[in-house]
Amino acid sequence: MREFWVFVRKEFYHILRDRRTMMILLIMPVVMIILFGFALTTEVRNVNIGVLASEPDHAVEQILNRLDASEYFTVKERLDSPDDIDRKFRGRELDMVIAFGDHFSEKVFDPEGAAMQLVVDATNASMAQSYTAYASAIVAQYQQDMQPGAGRKGIVPNVVLMYNPQMKSSYNFVPGIMGLTLMLICALMTSIAIVKEKETGTMEVLLVSPLRPIHIIIAKMIPYFTVSCVNLLTILLLSIFVLKVPVAGSMVALCVVSLIYIIIALSLGLLVSTLVDQQIIAMLFSSMLLMVPTILLCGMIFPVESMPEILQYFSHLLPPKWYIMAVRKLMIAGLPVSFIWKEIVILIVMAVLLITISLRKFNNRLE
Amino acid sequence: MGLKYLLEKEFKQLLRNKFMVGVAVMFPLAVLLIMPWATNLDIKNIQVALVDNDHSPLSRDLIRQIEHSTYFNLQSQTGIYREAFADLERWDADLILEIPAGFEYDLVQFGTTPVQITINTVNSMKGVMGQSYMNELLMQYSRALAETGNRPSSIVSPKVELITQYMYNPTLNYRFTMIPGLIMITLIILGGFLPAVNIVVEKEMGTIEQLNVTPIGKFAFILAKLIPFWIIGLVAVSFGFLFAWLIYGLVPLGHFLTLYFFAALFILTMTGFGLLISNHSATIQQALFVMFFFVIIFIMLSGLLTPIDSMPGWAKGIAAFTPTKYVVNVLQSVYLRGSTIADLWIDMLVLIAMTLFFNIWAVISYRKSQ
Amino acid sequence: MNNDIVIQTKDLTKKFGSFTAVDHISFEVRRGEIFGFLGANGAGKTTAMRMLCGLSRPTSGMGQVAGFDIARQQEKIKQNIGYMSQKFSLYGDLKVWENIRLYAGIYGMKDADIARKTEELLERLDFTKERDTLVDSLPLGWKQKLAFSVSIFHEPKIVFLDEPTGGVDPTTRRQFWEMIYEAANRGITIFVTTHYMDEAEYCHRVSMMVDGRIDALDSPSNLKQQFNASSMDEVFRKLARKAERME
Repeated sequence: MREFWVFVRKEFYHILRDRRTMMILLIMPVVMIILFGFALTTEVRNVNIGVLASEPDHAVEQILNRLDASEYFTVKERLDSPDDIDRKFRGRELDMVIAFGDHFSEKVFDPEGAAMQLVVDATNASMAQSYTAYASAIVAQYQQDMQPGAGRKGIVPNVVLMYNPQMKSSYNFVPGIMGLTLMLICALMTSIAIVKEKETGTMEVLLVSPLRPIHIIIAKMIPYFTVSCVNLLTILLLSIFVLKVPVAGSMVALCVVSLIYIIIALSLGLLVSTLVDQQIIAMLFSSMLLMVPTILLCGMIFPVESMPEILQYFSHLLPPKWYIMAVRKLMIAGLPVSFIWKEIVILIVMAVLLITISLRKFNNRLE
Repeated sequence: MGLKYLLEKEFKQLLRNKFMVGVAVMFPLAVLLIMPWATNLDIKNIQVALVDNDHSPLSRDLIRQIEHSTYFNLQSQTGIYREAFADLERWDADLILEIPAGFEYDLVQFGTTPVQITINTVNSMKGVMGQSYMNELLMQYSRALAETGNRPSSIVSPKVELITQYMYNPTLNYRFTMIPGLIMITLIILGGFLPAVNIVVEKEMGTIEQLNVTPIGKFAFILAKLIPFWIIGLVAVSFGFLFAWLIYGLVPLGHFLTLYFFAALFILTMTGFGLLISNHSATIQQALFVMFFFVIIFIMLSGLLTPIDSMPGWAKGIAAFTPTKYVVNVLQSVYLRGSTIADLWIDMLVLIAMTLFFNIWAVISYRKSQ
Repeated sequence: MNNDIVIQTKDLTKKFGSFTAVDHISFEVRRGEIFGFLGANGAGKTTAMRMLCGLSRPTSGMGQVAGFDIARQQEKIKQNIGYMSQKFSLYGDLKVWENIRLYAGIYGMKDADIARKTEELLERLDFTKERDTLVDSLPLGWKQKLAFSVSIFHEPKIVFLDEPTGGVDPTTRRQFWEMIYEAANRGITIFVTTHYMDEAEYCHRVSMMVDGRIDALDSPSNLKQQFNASSMDEVFRKLARKAERME
């Protein structure tokens, strides 16, 4: 056992001596959580509107004022002709153009209504949809308020926003960023570190030493596990104090789930390292099989339920999906542990499976 | 003078490392094959838990409207709010609509009635859209009710006929938004990672020293490193264009030459950046980590995943220094808006400046002696 | 400067922080000479050689190689020298002929000349069979011979060999020295570092480096006489006793 700890110490030296790598390992999560925590947002902001209206009209002005007053839209300029729209869109000066029909104020009270057209730059399909939804809501509100005779307002919804009443995007993204960051640090960095030893041949030397292969592997994992725990701590502290995303649920449960996830990620890194023998390929494997799916398939940004069914099934196989879900429920929604037993069980099963497979793979490689 | 021989060497080595090149080219294309199906911000299938306390013809009518809506799925229907709330907590339902007792009576008698909506807003986008779709549905329902004469109204209500026209992407196909960006990710990996590793490999192997005692010029050395990746990148991007057309039927509205011009420029930017990191790294591991650090920032802040316009000012400032921001805009614009170089000259200038900056720095920072 | 002197240094010094790797060394090497640069590991041999090759800038002192200043005219020097580093540094993923072609091309040789000389060389080395073998799969001794042949392929004025025979068997070492003599006979000056003392006997003159300084410089026979020793090994041991610096 003494040899084992000597070995663990050696692994720590490896990480600690390479200053630049160490910096990256510790700073990357900080930068990611702060940068992405603030910058990633699907909120609609600063949408530039152009206006096509043939004559001054007070109803048009009222609607424009409402749009301009909202935090989403800025009424930027009046266009002279519809022919300008394409040029303005292509120059990225405008995102949406609103064309009002003639005699708007008068026609508003006609049975067939006044015509209003939203021309949206739909290059980004999703944002275009949001612009329309927000603009329609403002117009609808206008109609409602213009309705003579108070009280006859139809169905009036009384809305309660659960878990994220300020509708902050960071509440949605922080769990995803946690899943991504831990996956990167643990899986990517571990796989590269082990493949590095394979590439330089030092792994061979270790394997002929009296240490058992499993001990070598565990010794290699311990420093990365430690680094990951430090990262987890920084991420949580930054989320709470800088991003102001509080941990609404049980801190203990959150840490336990995160530790399970870290173990999964480390095993994945080990698995990748047994499959390849060049660092660059380990890198490509990890980034393509772990990073890209984590960003795109695990609900970090794109909701899983909007995917085609086959991809939804596929995403069930990805650990980050369950981790992100568990963190959302625990940290953001503040649900008790009894609500996330499914995620926990799945993550534990995945951890056990991955450890077994990767250790077996590692052992096989020796023979 | 020695450039020809160095180039020969680089190509031979690359082609001999077929596995790496294969992985490097195939993976991004696989991404292009699978990912566009996944990247979808459409909010559909919002799961609704319904609490009907009224059990009236009107409330049942409203429920039918929700069932028929493309946005909502009726997940459960109970008479007890607590049960619906448990569904929300279990993440089975996204939204609770509670119809109060006396819903029909109030609506008929007074023309107005409250309903209670409770939404899970952890995903704020889903929250906003769910709320807005539900509001619209309720409003349309009230109006339809008013018009069918159930409650004949002598007062004229204002009416705005809203028509929406989506330009450049009339079917609102989010895949079309994503594909140009995914092609860019291909270029980042080929143009950035491979060169980043390349010089460091020579450092680790010691072969770089043998080159350093030869009279070969710094410029020729860097150029010989750069050109192969540039060509591989262009080949990969051609496959990307082909895939986009074959699989997704996406052809650029603008000119292919414009696309190639910017793709070629961007590969040079990333290659220069990769070589720069390579020069400053002692080990492959370092080079990869540093490269990764930047690449992830480049991708996340490129505006591909979330809009740059919505970022806070300082983040916008950082995004302005990422080459990806310009390339995403360019590729999307040429593909969908049909933009020409004349529309994109700012992006072009910025990219050229960045390319020069990275590559010149790479040549300067490459030292033949310590 | 005497036309016959191809390497000349005066108080050449290299410091890494507070550590002085090379400490005011001065010597001259004549054209066609086999100059041995001896010393224990860490004595500063490689550092001194790297300065002469233009891979490392001197901290102080001066030096000239092939008539060019080592501090300012490194690129000029590089056109006139060959170099074989301690660490094997041909490209393992290139074939034998491809490695030769690469370096010959870099030194400005013409394609036709390269092709002709390559065949000649391969024949002389009895390597023709291995022409299309990847260098990685050659045995170490062959790799070393190839590396040396590549370093003098472009007929440089001087070739620097850094521990060229490290790790190869005695037979190969002897063959290797035969190749070195052959090159010297063609007029190429050989500057070679080694820590095999028996190899020192093959050199025309040797310098003994201890703790970054040159403690002795003469022909092997003179040195043996001077130190009253029967072999170079003994000379070296007598000198090394004074060494302060550990490996």
